[in-house]
Amino acid sequence: MSKKVFADAMSALEGVKDDMTLVIGGFGLCGIPENCITALRERKVKGLTCVSNNAGVDDFGLGLLLQDRQIKKMISSYVGENALFEKQYLSGELEVEFVPQGTLAERMRAGGAGIPGFYTATGVGTKVAEGKEIKNFDGRDYVLERGIVGDFALVKAWKGDKFGNLMFRKTARNFNPMAATAGKITVAEVEELVEIGELDPDQIHTPGVFVQRIFKAKNSEKRIEQRTVRKG
Amino acid sequence: MPLSREQIAQRIAQEVQDGFVVNLGIGIPTLVANYVSDDKFVMFQSENGLLGMGPFPLDQDVDPDLINAGKQTVTAAKGASFFSSADSFAMIRGGHVDLTVLGAMEVDEEGNIANWMVPGKMIKGMGGAMDLVAGAKRVIVAMQHADKTGASKLRKLCTLPLTGKKCITKIVSDFGVIDVTPQGFVLREYAPDMSPEQVVKATEGKMTVAPDVKPMTF
Repeated sequence: MSKKVFADAMSALEGVKDDMTLVIGGFGLCGIPENCITALRERKVKGLTCVSNNAGVDDFGLGLLLQDRQIKKMISSYVGENALFEKQYLSGELEVEFVPQGTLAERMRAGGAGIPGFYTATGVGTKVAEGKEIKNFDGRDYVLERGIVGDFALVKAWKGDKFGNLMFRKTARNFNPMAATAGKITVAEVEELVEIGELDPDQIHTPGVFVQRIFKAKNSEKRIEQRTVRKG
Repeated sequence: MPLSREQIAQRIAQEVQDGFVVNLGIGIPTLVANYVSDDKFVMFQSENGLLGMGPFPLDQDVDPDLINAGKQTVTAAKGASFFSSADSFAMIRGGHVDLTVLGAMEVDEEGNIANWMVPGKMIKGMGGAMDLVAGAKRVIVAMQHADKTGASKLRKLCTLPLTGKKCITKIVSDFGVIDVTPQGFVLREYAPDMSPEQVVKATEGKMTVAPDVKPMTF
């Protein structure tokens, strides 16, 4: 019997403590681990550093953790639409490290792959590169960026099996596969949890080795940030 | 009369070639997709992890798992693919995207661009803009030539924190089409109701007029 399966988000997040670094999947409100976020709130952990492309909205996603001031620092590429975020940021309560989106994805990927640093042209000559090593390769300057590993990684997948193999759906994949590799302990919440052997090995996006804990999500609200439609 | 937002987009669409993979930023750049002619096969890339972005969905087809980089619900076009953010930026940073179109607060005659922060104001972040300007094969800036006070946004040197250095080679503003060259801005085309002299006068950075300058056509 797989020891990876947990009953719910609360039990799967056993061991999350104050001042830990969490690497979290999702883009905007798409593909975010909603149930894990709710459980973090119930666990009342504080001083968190959250590595996540965005910071949710006021009443959903990581915005929920801002309400009780559980986040000390965000490492993100874009934090647009969140009044609470703005208030805490401007008052100095919340620290933010802005990272270009591709660099953020690569920092997670590198961290998960045991690569402590890499060079990229992104951000050279900007504030992002200040204080970092610059190296010239073949006539072009590149900046050294560091891999990221979190104490925990929290991801959301569509289907998963009891070994932790994951499949994502459409653009809800986004940062989840990299985040899944970048946690000392990776927790996956899935819409459908199936038996080992039920997923087609050719269709698996994240092999189960990267996932230590998995549970079936109780609620997947999947809130839409901007509902845009065309007339039929 | 300066161009409308739609006319800027319409002119940029002429730069989109058959077979291109194109990433469009938020604002005027998004409108470019509406003007690319049907005889061109073009794949639109959305950096959250979609190559082959289709139009907005019909009401009954809205899918919360299918959005674009502006977080709007979209559809997948024929031949589309989904992938991770790391793969998405491998496309962008690896030079596989033919063209990116994005907005700017300032561009200068060295081809530097600033479009992500204003000191003293709330910073929202650069998103994928720094990756796009550093990695795409071609970068076109869609922008207003002047700010609300009439001050030129085509500067001698950017005053705002940069998004990228020496990465812009073409600008389509509401005043004209401008190349950024080692000799500074070169006016290639001007808005139909303006004169080349007016455009040069409205530009802070050094601008020369191309010998074959012509009015813009749509």
